[in-house]
Amino acid sequence: MSKKIGKYLLLALFFFILTIFFLALKNDPRYISNDLIGKKIQNFKFKKLNGNNENLSHNDINKTTLINFWASWCYPCRLEHKYLIKLKQNTNVKIIGINYKDDQENAQSFLQEFLNPYDLIGVDNDGVESVKFGIFGIPETFIVNGDKIILKKFIGPLNQKNYQEIINIINK
Amino acid sequence: MNLSNFGNLAIFSTLLITLFIIIYSIKFLNSKDEILLFPNKLIMLSLFQTTISITSFFSLLIGFIISDFSLLSVYQNSHTLKPIFYKISGTWGNHEGSMLLWINIMIIFAYLFIVNSRNAETKYRIFSLLAQNVLIFGFLFFLFANSNPFSLIFPIPKEGLGLNPILQDPALAIHPPLLYVGFVGSSIYFSAAIGSLLSNYKGKAFANSIKVWVMTSWIFQTLGITFGSIWAYYELGWGGFWFWDPVENASLMPWFVMTALFHSLLVLEKRETLYYWVIILCLLTFTLSVTGTFLVRSGILNSVHTFANDPSRGLYILIFLSIMIITSTIIFLNNFRREKYNFFINSKETFILSNNWFMMFYLGTVLIGTVYPIFTEVLNNLSISVGPPYYNSIIIPLLIPFLFLMAIGPQAKWIKNEFKKYINIIIILAISIFANLSISYLFGKMTVLSNLIIISSLFLISYTLIDLVNLIKRKIKFNIARIISHLGFGFLILSIGINYNFSLEKDFNLKVGDQKSFDDFNIRFISINLNEGANYKSIVGKFKITENSNLSEENLYPEIRIYNNSEMLTHEASIKSDLVKDLYLTMSNINRSDLYNIKFQKKPFMIFIWVSSIMICCGGIIRLIEKKK
Repeated sequence: MSKKIGKYLLLALFFFILTIFFLALKNDPRYISNDLIGKKIQNFKFKKLNGNNENLSHNDINKTTLINFWASWCYPCRLEHKYLIKLKQNTNVKIIGINYKDDQENAQSFLQEFLNPYDLIGVDNDGVESVKFGIFGIPETFIVNGDKIILKKFIGPLNQKNYQEIINIINK
Repeated sequence: MNLSNFGNLAIFSTLLITLFIIIYSIKFLNSKDEILLFPNKLIMLSLFQTTISITSFFSLLIGFIISDFSLLSVYQNSHTLKPIFYKISGTWGNHEGSMLLWINIMIIFAYLFIVNSRNAETKYRIFSLLAQNVLIFGFLFFLFANSNPFSLIFPIPKEGLGLNPILQDPALAIHPPLLYVGFVGSSIYFSAAIGSLLSNYKGKAFANSIKVWVMTSWIFQTLGITFGSIWAYYELGWGGFWFWDPVENASLMPWFVMTALFHSLLVLEKRETLYYWVIILCLLTFTLSVTGTFLVRSGILNSVHTFANDPSRGLYILIFLSIMIITSTIIFLNNFRREKYNFFINSKETFILSNNWFMMFYLGTVLIGTVYPIFTEVLNNLSISVGPPYYNSIIIPLLIPFLFLMAIGPQAKWIKNEFKKYINIIIILAISIFANLSISYLFGKMTVLSNLIIISSLFLISYTLIDLVNLIKRKIKFNIARIISHLGFGFLILSIGINYNFSLEKDFNLKVGDQKSFDDFNIRFISINLNEGANYKSIVGKFKITENSNLSEENLYPEIRIYNNSEMLTHEASIKSDLVKDLYLTMSNINRSDLYNIKFQKKPFMIFIWVSSIMICCGGIIRLIEKKK
């Protein structure tokens, strides 16, 4: 009898672990991140690049804002950079960059070379805050309105089509 | 025909041949006549399968060497400016290529197993081949459908994206294939265990047919882990060699089971008992290898070894893993017969079993630590990471009795043992305590736990050495492989213990011409030079390190490298090693100013850590050669 119970317990444990692993796969932030759309930003807290222990917070989002997660080591970030520059030049959207798991020196020289489209830059050295915020990989870009509500999220490098979409959202 | 078509054709042909092997094996097993001779057809098919799959791997390799950017995996992981050595290692430095290597190892091992097991029963060999080919089929299907290394990209890019510079290191290039041979190699005794259960081929004969494979995979696994640590130490620039990262854990878990397995095999060989336990270990090794692969490749765990993550991959491996576990458990339970164990408590068998208990304990600890974050994430939506304090506080205390048993165990007799020479043990213990005291006198104070670890490792070393001297004196035939491995393990723990307790680390800023003094050291920043490498430029600093107590002087040359294609910086440590210590120095520039941030470390006994790991391996290699004779 006790052996049978043992067997069933083992079976139950196996399926429990399996379910957890399965759910963990589903938990992939890339799949749940759409839930972020329409939500209000709350836990947005990043150290400022070169700031003396100053922090960025959700209060910095006071008008339509683009939040862009990037790093100097990220090749696709280079590809999308020109669209960020164009947005800066052609619109009055506020752009906040979050420098993700990067070497600060590399980040600086990246901005010197490709120009700096950002109004504010936050730093996330270990990537924890970014993951908490809901990003999975970089680059990722969010459009947030003045009420701090996320309107849209772009996964991967921005392209011409995304650029147009962003312009449309800003002009609305 | 281009490379992609050729490669796809080769993979598809391998898939077909695998299917043929499965069908033929089932046909042979179902035939009413008793099978006496192993069918030649299966050997030929297996050889054919091996040839074709090696061909597919080489065509990918050629794709990397000639930089054929029409292949997506080459485009994503290579670059024309990369040195040829790293073009080659790029083949397995990505998910798709490594899966192809994985399948190759399974196929090659299947063929070698069939050819080398001529003395074993035919039915057992066919069942084993069948089981292995079902596994191969599963992975091939995965490769073909989801992770095809020969996927095309159009239009063909002119240049590749390049390999991450920190991955351009010889130790890194070598360690993945070593590990693959280790834990993918374990698939063959997974299959053999299934074959043994289904054909009722048990006991000593079974032990004999798999022990070479267990030993081979264990040697490669040990080497792989060692080279992985060497890479982490020399290249990552963190000054450590083991971080309890999920991927490191994924390689360590099968290692624990392999170690337990070849110790249990000794008992199965000598006493014809523990058969079912050996079977469980055989099944567990490969199951853990696949579990590790699932954890790493699906991206549900974060680690320094990030492969481009893809949840569909994870789902496939998870389904495959579940089928593997369920099927093997059903086969096991259906064939399980209760075994009687009558071990005398003081006997060699018990000592060997105690090795298994410890290994299982370590396995459990590492497994829980590795998967725990997944559970908290799913159940409580809480992201945590389990760090070294957890592992250290659980594993280290239990190393102490483990080392003692490891010293005493090998001298015990089979069936019934008696301790006659208590006095020897006491003397050796006294020597170890005395040596420990001199170590803490020379280096400085340490905690009680560290003292105990060092005493027990010294005990293992001296006990094994004295044993060796006695055996040579009495001219008894002895097991040199075991002595070397156990000695190596003793030295490994001893050097890690000393290294852990007496490392010195300093972090400060300097300008060229400045100097800094602390403890016993004086560091002078002499100059800076620009250098040009094959595919990078570098800033090389020159530092003079003076040690006041022995007035020795060393020059160290740390580098900051700027890679041409990715414009990425890496900080190369400069390391001076001698027998008793490593001096380790990295520098990084602060905001493009004249100031440089300097990290200086003194790490005692680093060389001993590598040497003793290699020693553990050598024991295995000697054992393998002895068996071949």
